[in-house]
This record gives sequence, C-alpha cells and structure tokens, in this order.
Amino acid sequence: MSILVNKDTRVITQGITGSAGLFHTQQALAYGTNVVGGTTPGKGGTTVEGLPVFNTVEEAVRETGANASVIYVPPAFAADAIMEAVAAELDLVICITEGIPVLDMVKVKRFMEGKHTRLIGPNCPGVITPGECKIGIMPGYIHTPGKVGVVSRSGTLTYEAVYQLTVRGIGQSTAVGIGGDPVNGTNFVDVLKMFNDDPNTEAVIMIGEIGGTAEEEAAEWIRQNMKKPVVGFIAGATAPPGRRMGHAGAIVSGGSGTAESKIEKMKECGIRVAPTPSEMGSTLYTLLEERGLLEVCKTH
Amino acid sequence: MNIHEYQAKAVLAEFGVKVPQGKVAFTVEEAVAAAKELGGKAVVKAQIHAGGRGKAGGVKVSKSLEEVEANARELLGKTLVTHQTGPEGKVVKRLLIEQLTDIRKEYYIGLVLDRAQGRIVMMASQEGGVEIEEVAAQHPEKIFRETIDPATGLNPFQANNLAYKLELPPTAVRKAVQFMMGLYNAFVAKDCSVAEINPLVLTGEGDILALDAKLNFDDNALYRHPDIVALRDEDEEDPKEIEASKYGLSYIALDGNIGCMVNGAGLAMATMDTIKYYGGAPANFLDVGGGASEEKVTAAFKIILSDPKVQGILVNIFGGIMKCDVIANGVVAAAKQVGLDKPLVVRLEGTNVEQGKAILNESGLSIVAADSLADAAQKIVALV
Repeated sequence: MSILVNKDTRVITQGITGSAGLFHTQQALAYGTNVVGGTTPGKGGTTVEGLPVFNTVEEAVRETGANASVIYVPPAFAADAIMEAVAAELDLVICITEGIPVLDMVKVKRFMEGKHTRLIGPNCPGVITPGECKIGIMPGYIHTPGKVGVVSRSGTLTYEAVYQLTVRGIGQSTAVGIGGDPVNGTNFVDVLKMFNDDPNTEAVIMIGEIGGTAEEEAAEWIRQNMKKPVVGFIAGATAPPGRRMGHAGAIVSGGSGTAESKIEKMKECGIRVAPTPSEMGSTLYTLLEERGLLEVCKTH
Repeated sequence: MNIHEYQAKAVLAEFGVKVPQGKVAFTVEEAVAAAKELGGKAVVKAQIHAGGRGKAGGVKVSKSLEEVEANARELLGKTLVTHQTGPEGKVVKRLLIEQLTDIRKEYYIGLVLDRAQGRIVMMASQEGGVEIEEVAAQHPEKIFRETIDPATGLNPFQANNLAYKLELPPTAVRKAVQFMMGLYNAFVAKDCSVAEINPLVLTGEGDILALDAKLNFDDNALYRHPDIVALRDEDEEDPKEIEASKYGLSYIALDGNIGCMVNGAGLAMATMDTIKYYGGAPANFLDVGGGASEEKVTAAFKIILSDPKVQGILVNIFGGIMKCDVIANGVVAAAKQVGLDKPLVVRLEGTNVEQGKAILNESGLSIVAADSLADAAQKIVALV
C-alpha cells in the first residue's frame, strides 16, 4: 500500500515532446513507471520512446485508459493544461511547472470545484511510491520502499529527507511534493489524512517553509487526528521579511508566516521538530525507536 | 515587482480609479513647473519603494511656489529612513507633485490573495492612514472583507456592502462602489499581488480619492505585462539582484559574510538557517534552479564574489534535475576566472555525484569537501 500512486497508475505526460517532458518521461520509464502515452498539440500521431503522442488529453485518455497525468508545459500554458486534464476526468494531475501566474491558479482552483480530480502542485517535484511509480523530477535512486511518508513544499528538501532515511535503512511509503506556490491543488492536511489512513505508513516527515499558514493548520489537524508520529522541519528562519525567497509562496508578509510561529505551533501540537535539515532523518529515527516502531520501519 | 506611487496612480487612473491630479518631478525646476500647473500650492511627496514616508518627513505640504521649491530642494537627494527601508535608508530621486486635497475622513481599501481559499479578498476599514497589520492585530473586527469569485469578479453588491460598512455618506456610496470596481479590474488586468489604497479619502466636496496607492505585481505574470516591466526602477534594487535576474537566478542580498550557492528554494533557505544555527551569517540567498547550465553557475559564483562582505563560500547541491558534474564544472570555471582566494566548502549529493566530486578533486583548487549540510555549514563557519 501507499498513497496517490502505485504500480497500477497509468500515466500520460502533458508536454511529452518538450525537453523537460521527454527527459523525465525517459527517467520515469527507466524507474518502471507505467507511462502509457503523452500529449503535445500538433504532434498527435507520432511516437516518443515507443509511446503514442496525442493532440489532446481527452483523446489520450480515451485511447490509453490513463488515470493520471504529469504536466511539463511552460508556465504561460500550464494553467490551461491543468484544466484540460481536469476536464478529461483524470483522477490525479501532477503539475511540475514553476512560475504559473497566481491569478491563473485562482481560476484553476475555481474550475476544479465540484470535480473529482486531485491536483498536486504546481511548482513541485512530483510524487513517488518507491519501487512502484515515480512521477516527477526527483532522483529515483535515493528512494527505498518502506513505511515512512514524506510531504513537503520544497523539492530539494524532500530529497534531503528521503536520502537521510534511506542511508539509515528506513524506507518510504510515498513521498509527496505539494509545491512552493501560494495557491496549490493539495495541502498538507490533504496528504496527512491519506497517510493517516494508509496501513503501510507508520510515521511521517512534514517539511514546511515560511509564508502562509498551511503548516499551522496542519499542526492543529495533527493534534486532533493524527494516529502516527510526525517529525517536522520549517525552512526560512533567517529569511528577511517582505522578500520572496525563490518560491512564490515563501514570503513573510505583515508579520505572519514566520518560521518561529510555525515551529512553535508544531511543537505545541506534538510534532517533533528537527533543529536543522541535516537532522530530519536522525530525529525520526529516534522517535521511531521511542515508539517501538523502528523494527517495522527498517528495511531488511 | 514594486513600482512608485505616481506610477501606481497612473495605472489605476486607466481603470477609472479617481486619484488626485499630480506629476512626477526629477528636478527642482520640474517640481516648481508642476506646482505652477496646480495653481502654486502642492504636496511634495518623496517617491521611494517603501512605506512610512510621511512619518519620515518625506511628504511636505507646500502653500506657495517658494515652499515647493524649498521642499523639493530638501527632499531630492536626501536619504529617507522609514521603518520599511532598513537603517541604511533610500535616496530620494523622484518626487510626486500633487494637488492639495481637502480631507474629510481617511479609510483603507486593499486587495490581497487569501492563500487558504485560493481567492482574492477585498478588505476595507474606517481605520485609514495607519498600518493595516496593526489594525488586524488589535481590532480585527474593524476590517471588513469580501471574498471574490474569479468566475464573476467583484460584484457591485459586494462593493456596496463594504461601502455601507464604512458608513460613507449616502452621496459617496456610488462613487466608492465605482472606485472599488475599478481597483479590482486593475488588480486582475495587471496581475497584481497586492493593491493597497491607504488612505482612501472622502474629500470636503464628497469625492472618493486614492490619496496614496501601492501596487505590487506577480513576478510570474510579468511576461504578459511589458507596460508594467517598463516601470521598473533599477535604482530601487540591489545591483547584484538585477544582475542575477538577467541569468534567471533567484538571488537576495543579506547582511552576513558567508556566500551561498544552492539548488532549490527550500534547500537554499535551509542552508542559510543551518549556517546561522552553527554561529555564522549568510551573505545571500541564491537558488541556481533546477536546469542550470555551466554558464549560469559561473555567473552565480561571480555575483556572490562581487559582494565585498563575502569571506567564504558554501556550495550545497542536492542534484535532482540538476546534475552534480554541471555544478562542479561551473564552480571550477568560475573559481579559475576570478582567481578565487577565499575558502570554499562544497557539499554534493544526488545525480552524477561521483563525476562531480572527481571534477572538483582534479581541478587543483583548494576545495573543502563536506559530507552533509551540517558538516558543510560547520566547516565554512570555522573557516571565515
């Protein structure tokens, strides 16, 4: 078991003939992901890596039976690509694209109301269930199948956490990057709920950053509902206020969204906070030991 | 991206938002000429990208052309220190010469993104002319909100709700509604991230005017607004940040002495935090991004070294899309080009890490290798 994606997930790549789309489709295939095709308007009828290319998502879904898509189209066209995938009734859409205008995402969010599609991202590394399905730009080899869930707003910090777990012999159930934009499809609470209900997840690492209040809301949800131990980390304690730290969503504005307030709230809600990003793995290791979960989480 | 008050007012006027008559002046002569057009009396307002100008003495009511001239002479070239500029302040290079306004009452109107809802929210308050954050903290009940459905935009009834909650005189309500509709239309048409009218004023004649105006724009959407990009004032930005933006690098100058080059915004922030945790101080935030080329890495390295405060550099890369050998080649090329004479600690992990490490080892440069972020931070802190 895992969340969101597994060996049965049938994926299409939107923007499969672009350089990023092509490269990461090849990587996904090499990892064993069940990629069934792709789309690029105007390139329908051709093939890439032996996969059929279609002009529209609707056609790709009809012909391949895909239930998930990953989006690598440029920012100016990405919001439209998400809505196209939602209209084609895919279960899951993962948008890797960084730099989508915020008001485009406000429209997308409105468009998605009442529809069943789950959107991950945008501006995210994707989702991986180790050993089964890799959708996105994360390096596959650092992952190990196992029982710890990882959820993060940052791509590279997700890799840090995963790598620290793998070198300690602790595998991952699923690692989810929810993305660094202020308006996204899936938030921490959505993913935590899934991990809480997943029988194969025993513990969770949650990685947040400055800006907004999603971490505070997640911490409160954890206090009230989470049955599994959670380790947290927040990036940006040294970030100056009012400046956008790379990610469009990583900005302390009007005194809200600081690392201090997030860390304090997480501790108050029973989350074990790692003091530095280098200690995410060791903090979880100690916590698993204390809870008697280390043996089930170790990959033998 | 930020623009000046006079530019924001010009943008808003295009959408039917009422603003006082005024003109920008770069010299004392231009200031006097502009005041003449307004009948001799004017407000002289310093134009810098920071709030709190009034309290810092950057806004001068001038009752005659002589006063306009004296105030313009005083303000142009003056370094203004407000609570938003930092202690070093900002030099005034432009003035807004604006008609005097007969103020009956001050209000606040703003538009921001509500991240949790994924919607734009219009906020209004009778507490105008003060920091809205303070009002929000002390009297949240004094801020009224309307959440806007992007499918319909701001509906007139919502603007009406706010106007009545502001207890405006009945004759001003229709004008306020028009003002709010125009403000929302400008916000959406120009991809703003923040719009603040503080204060919005009710004049003695019963008009509704934007006495001040602040517009920030979504950097992600600038590609479709060349007219807004043309308003950029590079004097208001750090030259290193301008240079970085030419290469598509995300760079922010800070106060410390340890230069940082990292891939990924989250890891870049976490690297700064770790340096601080071990007693050091980062000189910058720098995310080289996912698909950086050797040239981009070289440019990043040079920008870091152009900061005279930098006494050592920490490179921290967790390669995903970013390949470690590309980073290593860029670092070696840049270090050789600039004749690096400062300590350099490099931590590489991820895609092509072995090739990357080999390139660094064979470069002949004195590079300190680190195994983890914590190790790297401790090493560079010890070396500077």
